[in-house]
Amino acid sequence: MTSLRRRTKAGGEIEIHMKILHGARRSKPKGRNGDLSRGLLLRLELPSDPSLLCAVRGAVERLTESFGFSAPDCRAVTRAVDEALTNIIRHSYNGRPDRPIEMLFRSVPGAATPKASEGLEILLCDRGPSIKRAQLCMRKLEEVRPGGLGLHFIQQSMDIVEYKRANGTNRLRLVKYVRAPKQDVNS
Amino acid sequence: MQITRRQLDKTTIFDVSGDIDLANSPAVRKALLKEIRDDRTPRVVMNLSNVRYIDSSGVASLVEGLKAARDVGSRFILFGLSTSAREVLQLSRLLRIFEVYDNEEQALAA
Repeated sequence: MTSLRRRTKAGGEIEIHMKILHGARRSKPKGRNGDLSRGLLLRLELPSDPSLLCAVRGAVERLTESFGFSAPDCRAVTRAVDEALTNIIRHSYNGRPDRPIEMLFRSVPGAATPKASEGLEILLCDRGPSIKRAQLCMRKLEEVRPGGLGLHFIQQSMDIVEYKRANGTNRLRLVKYVRAPKQDVNS
Repeated sequence: MQITRRQLDKTTIFDVSGDIDLANSPAVRKALLKEIRDDRTPRVVMNLSNVRYIDSSGVASLVEGLKAARDVGSRFILFGLSTSAREVLQLSRLLRIFEVYDNEEQALAA
């Protein structure tokens, strides 16, 4: 377990707990109903403090690069995670900076459409109130007005976006498949 | 994120560096709206060449700046968009509604 300490604007200190599982990529990705620890790459626990978004983006950028995503897809996944966290902080926790957020990053099997051998699954969990279906509706992009873009960015950036409520926890599941063939460093 | 202000005749240039996200987009919004609504500066230019990332709250601040500029008859101009910043404006279909230039020289000549 690695911990990152960061000083907040208010003068306090907060910690992000990171568990990086080296070699996990070699283990079999989890099946649809399989062991949740299978394929686990990274686990992050952090408080709902906006000043930590920058640190999370940095971690996701590095993870997606090492996972083999193209540069545009690395940016897409990072953007989706950032926007999902922003939504949790703003809407689930009403801007409170001290509420818990957990993130799990896993390698999952590929898909036929899009044709991919492997995917990255990201599960974001928060303990805010249940999300109402109306809150998940996206506004029309034709309207030129501030706000309401975060869900669009998430939907446009990821292959799968699913929300469910379980055991008092909001769970947002994002999946992005690796499209480009990976470079073999030995070839 | 840092935001500094320069004045060139009737133009104000904001030089922004760092990421614009939920933590600091309110500061961008506040600076823009003061310049446009309160000071009624005829031309406000945002230098984004040192901004690597803009999230939806940052885009919302830019849209508010644009709307405020339209309300008071000012011009609101962006230049130096990174690949990531350009992508979010394209995804939100807002790229076409902003005046966007590659660099400061072009932005000031426009």
